[in-house]
Amino acid sequence: MKTTGIVTGIVSNLVTVLVDGPVAENEICYIDLAGVKMMAEVIKVNGKYASVQVFESTRGLRNGDKVEFEGRMLEVTLGPGLLSSVYDGLQNDLTTMTSVFLKRGEYTDPLNHETLWDFTPIAKPGDKVIAADWLGEVKEGWLPHKIMVPFSFQGEFTVKSIVPEGQYNIDKVIAVLTNADGEDVDVTMTQKWPVKVAIKGYKEKPRPNRIMETGVRVIDTLNPIAEGGTGFIPGPFGCGKTVLQHAIAKQGDADVIVMAACGERANEVVEIFTEFPELIDPHTGRHLMERTTIICNTSNMPVAAREASVYTAMTLCEYYRAMGLKCLLLADSTSRWAQALREMSNRMEELPGADAFPVDLSAIISNFYSRAGMVVLNNGQTGAVTFIGTVSPAGGNLKEPVTESTKKAARCFYALEQGRADQKRYPAVSPLDSYSKYLEYPEISDYLDKTVEPGWVEKVKTAKNIIRRGKEANEQINILGDDGVPMSYHVNFWKSELVDFIILQQDGFDPVDSLCPMDRQRYMLDLVLDICAKDFEFGDFEQCRTWFKDLINVLKQMNYSEFKSESFFKYYETVNEMIA
Amino acid sequence: MANKAYQRVYTHLEGITKATVSLRAKGVSNDELAVVAGKLAQVVRTKGDMVTLQIFSGTEGIPTDAEVTFLGEPPVLKVSDQLSGRFFNAYGHPIDGGPEIDGEERQIGGPSVNPYKRRQPSQLIPTGIAGIDLNNTLVSGQKIPFFADPDQPYNQVMADVALRADVDKIILGGMGLSNDDYLFFRNSFEAAGALDKIICFINTTENPPVERLLVPDMALTAAEYFAVDKNEKVLVLLTDMTLYADALSIVSNRMDQIPSKDSMPGSLYSDLAKIYEKAVQLPSGGSITIIAVTTLNDGDITHAIPDNTGYITEGQLFLRADTDTGKVIIDPFRSLSRLKQLVQNKKTREDHSQVMNASVRLYADAQNAKTKLENGFDLSDYDIRCLDYAKDYARELLAIDVNITIEEMLNTAWKLFAKYFTPAETGIKQAFVDKYWKN
Repeated sequence: MKTTGIVTGIVSNLVTVLVDGPVAENEICYIDLAGVKMMAEVIKVNGKYASVQVFESTRGLRNGDKVEFEGRMLEVTLGPGLLSSVYDGLQNDLTTMTSVFLKRGEYTDPLNHETLWDFTPIAKPGDKVIAADWLGEVKEGWLPHKIMVPFSFQGEFTVKSIVPEGQYNIDKVIAVLTNADGEDVDVTMTQKWPVKVAIKGYKEKPRPNRIMETGVRVIDTLNPIAEGGTGFIPGPFGCGKTVLQHAIAKQGDADVIVMAACGERANEVVEIFTEFPELIDPHTGRHLMERTTIICNTSNMPVAAREASVYTAMTLCEYYRAMGLKCLLLADSTSRWAQALREMSNRMEELPGADAFPVDLSAIISNFYSRAGMVVLNNGQTGAVTFIGTVSPAGGNLKEPVTESTKKAARCFYALEQGRADQKRYPAVSPLDSYSKYLEYPEISDYLDKTVEPGWVEKVKTAKNIIRRGKEANEQINILGDDGVPMSYHVNFWKSELVDFIILQQDGFDPVDSLCPMDRQRYMLDLVLDICAKDFEFGDFEQCRTWFKDLINVLKQMNYSEFKSESFFKYYETVNEMIA
Repeated sequence: MANKAYQRVYTHLEGITKATVSLRAKGVSNDELAVVAGKLAQVVRTKGDMVTLQIFSGTEGIPTDAEVTFLGEPPVLKVSDQLSGRFFNAYGHPIDGGPEIDGEERQIGGPSVNPYKRRQPSQLIPTGIAGIDLNNTLVSGQKIPFFADPDQPYNQVMADVALRADVDKIILGGMGLSNDDYLFFRNSFEAAGALDKIICFINTTENPPVERLLVPDMALTAAEYFAVDKNEKVLVLLTDMTLYADALSIVSNRMDQIPSKDSMPGSLYSDLAKIYEKAVQLPSGGSITIIAVTTLNDGDITHAIPDNTGYITEGQLFLRADTDTGKVIIDPFRSLSRLKQLVQNKKTREDHSQVMNASVRLYADAQNAKTKLENGFDLSDYDIRCLDYAKDYARELLAIDVNITIEEMLNTAWKLFAKYFTPAETGIKQAFVDKYWKN
């Protein structure tokens, strides 16, 4: 018997329901509004009254309307066909909806039931298996998509039978498992999982020990993010948060990318729909859209579904991680998610924390970030979820609850600076305020020594020092005037400009410069540091300025040329002549 | 509002605040309208039998024994071609002395467009103002506000933009408009002979503030009718969104909600997004473009209203007075059109983005020179040329009283480059210099 209830109070999308039986926190229910079933989630229970947040507009809802509880939490459907999809925050397929406007209570199937997949068994009858073990594999595009023992299965099972290689749809029973009590259970290619619960099913979660290339120099060279690491990008509007995230999505070295557009502009999502099918993944040569899933809950879509959208996105990533794949989750913007939490907390008349956010904001954020990470699966293979979120601090002021809470949770911090954006120094990531904790990890340092070059971390620190010294010199020049400081101040300042223009800045719209592989980043940093290590003599500061400006211009042309091409070396020769 | 058979009438109010009343009533639906002592109201909260109503025109003079009639449906607008050329109040009733509209009733504040059904905006909206067309090109389907201090002539600029834009309908949503400004809009639309494509929903300062909350939804419901049903290009003007947000905070305050930053309601972002995200390019060719005004307090863009707006809209146009030329200009540094790259060099001349970047960069050099001058340092020859260039640039291109084609704007910029700089100093690609440099 399902628990039922009736509506007794409504404030915006917070509805109070008088229930006739047991209800669980986060349980899903459907409210019947004149035949339209609207999904809602229990967020508070008080005696016989449950407060539910409705994932739709509650316009026209009345006290006395009927509610049915489902006995389950908000779930997503997992199976082949998730990639290239465009979902809303509740995993409804937006592409199969027919009308131009979103209709209340219209829920569409996330996966296609007709598509046939080429299935190859991995497990054999008689094998002992536990949750998340691989039973078979289908090719989803080029990715080996593992069909696993459902994550919800507890204890050990014996494979009783498994279908032979062949084409099946997702509903086909591909294996029958027998549990310890001798009961048989059917397994299809799909399973369901509650989004707010982390998918475990792995052996251990070690510290990340390698970096994830993004092709963005200011990240990879100066503040690299680890595979399975976490990072966040705070910045005022107009500083290029979304552009930077899109750049990472285009070039990030990951098998699967899930982009959660959480409470952001619809036209930005349209840009992804329009551009990604055209763009090529530099690592595999396939279309970018083939490895991308978009979870889209734009700012005008219901606020409760916005909160769900980031969890939906994370669950999809964890699912692919369990297949031994490298996943990258990009959420834009986690501030909108936090605001959704604030709106609900406000309507429930909870005592507010700072800036009226709920007091447990910090805990919710760190709990979410902790779902990222690299894992060792039961079969010894590894998978990773790397998470980068953007934060939109009110007024661009980083002293606000969402930024501060995120800073505690995320290991990389990419601060976008208004000043740099105004000067069109893109990406506007502040070189001095930003950090990557991974640079302090001995295992990451070893990895960089091995894969990039020995002593790499020291070089990165040297580059940062040059920028810091240049900034100090520049401040002195501004106070004392060009003539009021020794020549060395000008040289230091221009050396930092050299690092800024050649390493930090990157033309995201140039086909060559926009993607900079690690090998090339090493080459350019070595070159720039070699130049900076030299002593230069100048007659006056005007000469110093002109010389460096010319040098920067030539090095910039190198950035624009194909790596190690004829023109690349031609500019390299010019540089050598200049510094000889 | 005609009486309908199912109407329920109550006569006992249990609570009254400045913006809301509460009473016991049954069978009330969320968002539905009611009439309280002849004033229009809307259900904002129910708790058991207790219903809270927001009274649009304020609760002054409402007694506890006021008659309350529930109307059974949320606010609606009657839509048809008859809307064209008409002026309405916040409730969608004519204020121009003309007859009521015949048409289909549509609930205002309806659902959003499925993001997957949108198209990428790609049509240029020329305005003749170089500060916009050259530096911050507008695209149909875009949403963009003017950020301006109250003393800036933002309504004039907006009227100019509207009348020059190549669109099928112009819908004005006026919130807290002064009567003078209302008459200004009316006269300029009339003088331009554009009345047949204008529709206005007006709440003036003489009307109660809470009524304003209806204006954007009314304007956008009309816009959706013309864009979706009639495939027309619609331009919606909303002025002043700061006063709209103030009305939101009044209601949430009266409902005892906990305020967040700057005493604005915690839902301000969602509330504003619901309005701005109605801007859309539809696959059928219809579009809704929104140009709004957000007045600032002494240029402070960190206040919750402009700040939230900036995160929602696709850029902002920043008006400021230029002390060197005495003109109001569109600030090239703080203004931004996020969609400009969708049309620049594609729908405009090939040198557009390069000319734009070079001219702004040189203007920035002039600002540095100015700082140097103020700090008492010597100016180089380059600094002096930059300062002279900046004056011409502000007068001939940035000023809001400019009205020329984009081709003319580009030619003007090249003329200024040649007057003050060498080709190398502009940093423009050699191919363009060869083609366009004015000797």
